[in-house]
Parts: sequence; C-alpha cells; structure tokens
Amino acid sequence: MKKVMMVVMMVMVMVSEASMIEQTCKETPDFNLCVSLLDSDPRGSSADTSGLALILIDKIKGLATKTLKEINGLYKKRPELRRALDECSRRYKTILNADVPEATEAISKGVPKFGEDGVIDAGVEAAVCEGEFKGKSPLTSLTKSMQKITNVTRAIVRMLL
Amino acid sequence: MASSESLLPVSSQQDPLSDSRCDSIPESRRRRPIKVHLAIYSGFLLIALYVTLIITHGGSAPKNDVNEDTTVESRARLAGVSEKSNVHISKLSNDLRGEAFAWNNTVLSWQRTAFHFQPEKNWMNDPNGPLYYKGWYHFFYQYNPNAAVWGDIVWGHAVSKDLINWLHLPLAMVPDQWYDANGVWTGSATFLDDGSIVMLYTGSTDKFVQVQNLAYPEDPEDPLLVKWTKFSGNPVLVPPPGIGAKDFRDPTTAWKTSDGKWRITIGSKINRTGISIIYDTTDFKTYEKHDTLLHQVPNTGMWECVDFYPVSKTKNKGLDTSVNGPDVKHIVKASMDDTRIDHYAIGTYDESSATWVPDNPSIDVGISTGLRYDYGKFYASKTFYDQHKGRRILWSWIGESDSEAADVQKGWSSVQGIPRTVVLDTKTGKNLVQWPVKEIESLRLRSKKFHMKVEPGTVAPVDVGPADQLDIEAVFKIKKDDLDVVFGDDSVEDDKEFSCETSGGATVRGALGPFGFSVLADESLSEQTQVYFYVTKGKDSKLKSFFCTDTSRSTMANDVVKPVYGSFVPVLKGEKLTMRILVDHSIIEAFGQGGRTCITSRVYPTKSIYGATKLFLFNNAIDATITASFKVWHMNSAFIRPFSADDLGVPSST
Repeated sequence: MKKVMMVVMMVMVMVSEASMIEQTCKETPDFNLCVSLLDSDPRGSSADTSGLALILIDKIKGLATKTLKEINGLYKKRPELRRALDECSRRYKTILNADVPEATEAISKGVPKFGEDGVIDAGVEAAVCEGEFKGKSPLTSLTKSMQKITNVTRAIVRMLL
Repeated sequence: MASSESLLPVSSQQDPLSDSRCDSIPESRRRRPIKVHLAIYSGFLLIALYVTLIITHGGSAPKNDVNEDTTVESRARLAGVSEKSNVHISKLSNDLRGEAFAWNNTVLSWQRTAFHFQPEKNWMNDPNGPLYYKGWYHFFYQYNPNAAVWGDIVWGHAVSKDLINWLHLPLAMVPDQWYDANGVWTGSATFLDDGSIVMLYTGSTDKFVQVQNLAYPEDPEDPLLVKWTKFSGNPVLVPPPGIGAKDFRDPTTAWKTSDGKWRITIGSKINRTGISIIYDTTDFKTYEKHDTLLHQVPNTGMWECVDFYPVSKTKNKGLDTSVNGPDVKHIVKASMDDTRIDHYAIGTYDESSATWVPDNPSIDVGISTGLRYDYGKFYASKTFYDQHKGRRILWSWIGESDSEAADVQKGWSSVQGIPRTVVLDTKTGKNLVQWPVKEIESLRLRSKKFHMKVEPGTVAPVDVGPADQLDIEAVFKIKKDDLDVVFGDDSVEDDKEFSCETSGGATVRGALGPFGFSVLADESLSEQTQVYFYVTKGKDSKLKSFFCTDTSRSTMANDVVKPVYGSFVPVLKGEKLTMRILVDHSIIEAFGQGGRTCITSRVYPTKSIYGATKLFLFNNAIDATITASFKVWHMNSAFIRPFSADDLGVPSST
C-alpha cells in the first residue's frame, strides 16, 4: 500500500508543480515560450515566482551571450556592417554587464522594480541594435527571441511588485 | 486536479476484474497483484488527467503571440498592469525603426547637471535621512559605488550650508554586518529631545530578509557627522507575522505621541493592498507593533518610502514632525512600487488610535487619479523638518529616462530634484504647494525681462543667449475678447476628454491652448521640450486649466523615453496663469500656479546642446492671443565637489 501511495503522491506532486509554471505562464504574453523555457530548466519545477523570474533572466543572459558571439563573427563576414555591429556590440554588452546583474540582484533581494527596469532595458538594447541595420538585419531572429523572452520575463517580474 | 478520492471508484471497479484473474492464487498473496494493477491504472488515470490539463490550458493560453507592432494594451491587460507603466515600451517599440543616435562623449557630457545634486559618478537612487545639524544640511543617498545601474547599495553622504552647493563626504554606511550585508537601504533620521540624532534604516540581511536597523553618529561633536555607528543589538525590527520578508522597508522619521513615546510607520503590502504599519518605542531599540494600521488602500500594491507629517492649515511654514493640533492636517505619502509614482493624500490623524483617514477617500493614497507631488519623473521622495529655517523640505530621486547603455557610457545615472518647500495650499485646502528653496536664487546671474504678445499659431524666439541653465518666471494672460468669443461660441465644446498624457502633446491645438515655452530647443525647432498651459472651457462655462510638459520631440534619439506629462492645475478666481521653469541641462523642473502642479522631466537632446540651445515662446491655440510677461535668469553652476579641509576654514595639516 505504501508503494502505491508513494507513486500516487509523486504523480500528484508532478502534476501540481507543473501547474505552478503553467499558472504563471498564463499571465504572460507568450504562454508556450514561457512554459518551454521554464520546463526545460531543472530549477523550474521547484521555483517560486522569484525563482522563475531568475531562470528567465538567466535565459536572457544566455541569449545575449549567443548574440554577442554572432555579432563578433559578423565583422569578418559582413565588414560593411561595421558601424552597426559596433553599436550592437555596445548594446549587448550592456545587457550582459548591466541589465542582467542588476535584475538578478534586485529580484534576489526583493526590490523587483529594478529587476523590471533591467529586463525592459534588455529589450530596448536589442531593439536598438536591430534598428541599426535599417531593415536588413542579420540578427533579426535573435532580436525577436530577445524581445519575446524579455516580454515574458517582465510579466513575471511584475507579479512580484 | 487529481485527488485520492478519484481512486475509489476505480478500485471498486478493479476488484471484480482482478478477482476473476486471481482464482488460482491463494488469498494471502492476492493483494499484491491488485495493488500493482491499482497503481498502474491510477498512474495512467493521473497521466491522462495531466495531459487533459495541458491540452485545455494550452487552448486557453493567451493568443497574443508577441508581435512588436501590437497592442501594448492587450499585453498590459494580460500582465494585469495599467497602461501607464507600459509607456516606456510603447514609446520605444514604435520608434526604433531607424538607426539609434550614436551617443558620443560630447553629447553625453552635456547632460550632466550644473546645479542639481549628483555624486561624481555611478548610480544614485532614494534620498536618505536628510537633516540639519550644527550649521550643516546633511544629505544621504542610496549609492552604487561600482556601477551606473542599481546594485551593491551603500549610503553616500554630502553636506551643504544652503541646500544648493554641496561637499561630498566619505560613505556614511556600507554593508559590513550580517543584517545589512545585502544592502544598506533607505532610512530616516529623528532628533531626540536632547538634540541627538538616531537613524533608522532598512538592511537586507545575508539571507535577503528586510529588517530595520538603528545607527547614530559616532561623534556628536563632529558637525560633519562623518562616522556612523551601528547599534550592536541590530536588527531592531524584523518582518512581523503575516508580512513578507521582502515587503518591509523604509522606516520614517519618528513623531511623539501624547504619552511621550516615539512612533514610526513602515510601508508594506498584504496581497495587493498597500499598508502602513505602526510601531511605538521609547528607546528606538524595542518596539510595540500596533494591531491596527496607520492606513491601507486596496489595489495599490507595495508602499515604499512612506512619509507621514503635519502641515499647517493656516500658515505657510513647516512644522516639526511631532506637531499636532486643531490647526493641523496630516499628509500620508507613499511611493507606489507598481507604477513608480509618488502619491499623497491630505487627512486627519487620530493620535489615540494611531490611524489616519483621508479627507477625500476617492483620491486616497495610491489611487491613480489621486494627487502626486510631481507628474513627471519623480520617485522615492522624502521630507524633513528644517528646524534652522522652520521649513518642511522635500527631496526626490529623479532617475534617467535613457537607455542603460548610455548610462554606462556616460558613467552616471540619476540626480536629485532641487529641494522644495512643502506647505498646504491654504487657498484651496485640497492640495500641497511646493516651491524650489529660496537659496537657489543665489545662483541667478544676469536677467532679462520680457513682455510679449503672441498671436494664435505663433512661435517667438526669446533672445537670452545660451539657454541650458535658466530660471524662468512667467505670467500669462488670455486676451479677454478671445475668451468672450470662446465662451459665447457653443460650437466650442467642453474639452472633457483632455489629459496632458493622452491628448497628443503640444502640437494638438485647442481654442485656448496650448501656450507656453519651448525650452532646450534648437534654432530650427527640430528638438524642443514644451512646458505649457492648456485651457479648456469646463462645466458651467468655467475655465479648466492643465499644466503639461511635452518631451516627445525633445530629442532625435529614439532609445529614450519621451512622454507627455502633466495634470489639471487649480486656478482660482482672479488669479493669472503663472509658471516657473528651471532648466538645467538634461533636467527640467516646471511649476504651475506657484507650485500647485509640478512636473520634472529628463531630456536628452542631440542637437540642442551647448551653444545651440535656445528658448522660444509659443502659442498654439486656435482662437486666443496670449500675453506673456516673464523674466529669464541665467543660472550659475553650483559647486558640488568633494570636501576638502579648506571648507572648514581649517589648515589641511589637521
């Protein structure tokens, strides 16, 4: 009997914790993206709202790192885009060196408004970089990802306010 | 949601099936196969339930896949957020099609202010513990010694003789104890009866809990109060039961109760209700919490930086925080975490119950249509009683409206507003009046007087030379004939829908407005910030006036926030329309009707800088000719620099 109860409990616990991510993601602009980002992270299943926000900020950091790598690679391939790439490099470094640390510290310490500011700014920096290419950006899909992730993250951070 | 009850019908159905299979098995061993089948079956059921949940949730998920062009509105509704707090995003996403302005050091260094308090570099936020002691005004502030964004917070410190010129001192407090290891946050000062100072401040502990701590000057004989001692018994207050560990911060200055105790209040929240908790103490070390709250307002979210103080109903002077009596109203102010707006309300304090009720509950603290100290960029404000000159003075954190990339590049972020005196408006009784401290007039240099008539649809240059450090005081009159025409004309409708923020800014023309000044404008007006009145014909043919600042064309740059700010401004019978504007590089402070409606804005022009900055008077009304009588002073820079021994008149060898 004990074994049965354990299996039952485990499955119930699994169901209820998946619900936490779902409940949270329902209140964001992109449910599917939100769920997939949080579900794929091992911390997701046991995180509270702050924890979920911190996971997403980590994703922002990862995406910014990836984009910065892409930018660096483009200097050689597309030297005519140098000016735009310089601006993008500055903007993505801001995301990594300013926005992400600010948001991480703020959410960990319970002053989420600075977390919101950092997340909003990450979206701004990505949009500014994209605009540099005047419609012919080699980074569009990365930028769109960043916009989507920052929008979802912001919605979750706002739940802490 | 699956529960164990759902297993019962299953098990009762199972038994007959499993029984029939177990004929040949002895009874004692029959139980195990049944249990295994039960477990498997219920497992499948739960999985089936889970899958169903996913499918139904997936179906009801918000359809609003992020589409940059849309619907800041729908996103706002989904995130449960008012449109206003999404202003930043909406203003930017529409605008980021072209190249960003490539911020360079020349343009960025112009942004630094000449006479607003700011540290030499890095990030600043809330004002802390302002006070006057032994001949010096003291100002402390939230500071990041390491970066131009919020983080690693310590207490900065500066002193002044006149609230305008400042001398930077060493950091007053840093996170060197377990109870403030993660941040030395906002706090307030109280003077005890013997004239000594106690400071209460919030610490973020090594476990991220928000607690209140006591500190006091290490050497009360040092007028500069350079060194501070933290009480060995800290923390003196921890989050009480029912209050979140991260929802407990920003203790106020204490005030005396009628039985001689000290009383403080600390903002917090319970679910979405903003609250203010009351404690009494005799020694600032042990406290009794009241069961009742000072006040609470549903749906306002976390109350940060609560402030509570008396104002005189009849006199234009400040009152010590402990003053009470029939001649007095009390102000409750809170900074709304959710919207980054400082709200206040006027009401009555009941000493015996330690509660406060607003005069007008429909505009209670935090209600979106309620009163604000300032309708622009302005937060975390704090008052103190200046016993030296008998004034109540308001400090305010003015953050940046640009991108963090620019802040990092220029190496600093945020300024403080010019300290303002605060009194109750004895004429209306319904709002406060704020005004820059008189000491700022010491920065006035040469001035020029003007008297100009401006026809509808005209922009007139105002010849004052360089125009990025100005103090402007102006009186406006609408030509009486034009007013009569407008009032007689039934086709000119009541502009019921007007609001500074949503009515399109200074280019949208009405019968009687907008008119005012274009500051930080370049010759061709490609960049300008307009500070103006918009007068409408209200109910019963009464005039209704609004005071606004339009920053939407303040810069060509598209990675900054450029809202239109403002609000209704009370104008009483017989009063002329008056405004005052302080222009100081990237900050503009505007005061309507003697400080009844105030607007602070941050602007970042790319062309209208240095010698290219000009001033214009404009009248964009359709029907009214305006006369403006005004004076423009050039403003000197204040000295805001590190303290040196010379400042005390003491030889540097000491």
